[in-house]
Amino acid sequence: MADDILRIRTPIGIDYTWSSGPGSVGYMRGLENGKLLGRRCPVCELVYFPPRNGVCPRCGVLLADEVEVGPRGTITTFCVVNVPFLGQTIKIPYVAATILLDGADIGMQHLIQECEAADVRMGMRVEPVWRDKSLWTPSLENIMYYKPSDEPDADFDVYARHL
Amino acid sequence: MAPLRLFYPYDRTVGSTVGRFLTSLANKKIEGTRGLDGIVHVPPAEFDPATGAPLTEWVVVGNAGEVLTWSWQPEPFADNTLQQPFAWALIRLDGADTPMLHAVRVGSEKDMASGMRVRAVWADEPTPSITTIMCFEPEHGHG
Amino acid sequence: MRDVAIVAYIEGQNTAATSQTPVEMIVPVIHEILKRANVERSDIDFWCHGSCDYMTGQPFSFVSAVDALGAWPPIMESHVEMDGAWALYEAWVKIQTGEAETALVFGNGKSSAGDMNRALTLQLDPYVVAPLWPGFRALEAMGARAAIEAGTVTERQMAEVVSRSLRDASDNPNVLAYGYRDPDELLDEPMTANPLRAHDCPAMADGVSAMIMTTADRALEMCDRPAWIRGIDHRIDFQNLGLRDLGRSNSAALAAFHAGVTKDKVDVAELHATHSHHEVILAQSMGIDRSTTRMMPSGGALVANPLMAAGLARFGQAARQIFKGNADRAVAHAAQGACLQQNIVAVLEGN
Ligand SMILES: [Zn+2]
Repeated sequence: MADDILRIRTPIGIDYTWSSGPGSVGYMRGLENGKLLGRRCPVCELVYFPPRNGVCPRCGVLLADEVEVGPRGTITTFCVVNVPFLGQTIKIPYVAATILLDGADIGMQHLIQECEAADVRMGMRVEPVWRDKSLWTPSLENIMYYKPSDEPDADFDVYARHL
Repeated sequence: MAPLRLFYPYDRTVGSTVGRFLTSLANKKIEGTRGLDGIVHVPPAEFDPATGAPLTEWVVVGNAGEVLTWSWQPEPFADNTLQQPFAWALIRLDGADTPMLHAVRVGSEKDMASGMRVRAVWADEPTPSITTIMCFEPEHGHG
Repeated sequence: MRDVAIVAYIEGQNTAATSQTPVEMIVPVIHEILKRANVERSDIDFWCHGSCDYMTGQPFSFVSAVDALGAWPPIMESHVEMDGAWALYEAWVKIQTGEAETALVFGNGKSSAGDMNRALTLQLDPYVVAPLWPGFRALEAMGARAAIEAGTVTERQMAEVVSRSLRDASDNPNVLAYGYRDPDELLDEPMTANPLRAHDCPAMADGVSAMIMTTADRALEMCDRPAWIRGIDHRIDFQNLGLRDLGRSNSAALAAFHAGVTKDKVDVAELHATHSHHEVILAQSMGIDRSTTRMMPSGGALVANPLMAAGLARFGQAARQIFKGNADRAVAHAAQGACLQQNIVAVLEGN
């Protein structure tokens, strides 16, 4: 008899119906039309993009008014990715950044391209590069990446509260 | 609303007791462990349920046994070993004291009864898995 | 022991399938429960949550659930991958240790997110049971047959439980199944998972339940007639069904004994019986006389079963009977696992 087995594969697949919730409908409809729609907290007045779950986690209340933000924004922080990993689709090194869209109070993560990783800096102004309109879906993937917008850097004071 | 499938490709270490049980299954042999009170556990208990002492005495049991309780599955899941309506049963194999869960292949629920005798049907390809017993069937043909 | 009471209880609207996210479901319920107890967020010094990621289909969903709480300044919070009733137990312990005075406990589940019958396979032994994918209904059905054939439960008793539950549900606006059905008529229905009929199985729901618990110092400020937790205990049986007598629940019996269920008469019982035969097994195991105790005035989990919230709902519904003065002594119970494997029991009193 062969040696006793030590490991087994027990794959588990579960099917769900995923709902992003009514609080995110405006955000997704906006993306479908090339618009970045955030929402404002009625209590602390912060503007969230994306308006995840349609809720302000700080106040524990449902978000209220829709607010168009961006499309340009400011890099508040970033990292240079040098590590290859399974499923990587972008050539390394590349930059993942937190971008504070104009008019939003919460940064969002996106990719920075069309510049050297070494040139990326805090305060750098960036603009989105959209996928071809025929490929748009209700997803942030409609924006392929952000690139430098060649404006002067934002003052630290402008984004200091949003780090 | 969108369909979403979460897939977890778990690779589990099974330890020596379950490992031996599954290895034996791949060799079409069903065995269990004897508890300190003499009870034969199939599937094997790794530790004595009452005292927690490790159990090391192995006992080979039969490929057939008695249905203690059962229920009817009118529509199988895609991952069940049987892809037709079938019964689930707790089956106490000959020589064992505790029953094990498995599927029973019968023509209809009318063919099922507690106390009936069933025998293991082995999968064509032996694997170290509980599913290498594809199902059980009534010992003397259907119903 | 500190005297601890349930002072407020709220349920979100139970639905068959909501388009809301779990967080969106929780937010209004938290607002409502704070309002009901007339307290501010800052009055809550411990938050405890019960839910299950496998059911929402969102790994680490309990982390995002904190978004619903307004965790600023940061709060003291905990989560159990269990029904909210076990979150209640953690909160009770937290208050007993003096680390908290007032706790908000909630449970939520979105049963419509997927096939819960199949998904609940994942609570079973992962080596030699789960790879067969039995689902939970098949196991409950085997348990029912074992109880029927052992003579501890009859099919007529099961039909009577369903008939009464549906009738009581007609007075509860927050249910998915209700109506007037004669036991004979129910027994004429076909079996869907022999020996279970469709009505022996719970009406699965998406829902949230939430409650506030506090100490003697504050209870009367928040509630005219608090439901005092006079005893509470939880116990677990073997996971292996083959080692258990499925016609009874040893862990429910032990938990009930330690909670003090039989020390005095029980006016009302809210038992987390998701299948009709469970009520009979639980009452027998716990020492509750179903002929003298008002069973599940809410209609119970059969008529609305929001996973991970339905057990806490039993505690909340039992507390409501005390709040309203309908009962002086009530028993609340929640179960988890296949065939009543784990059981938590509390005795609630009005005085
Ligand atoms: Zn806010």
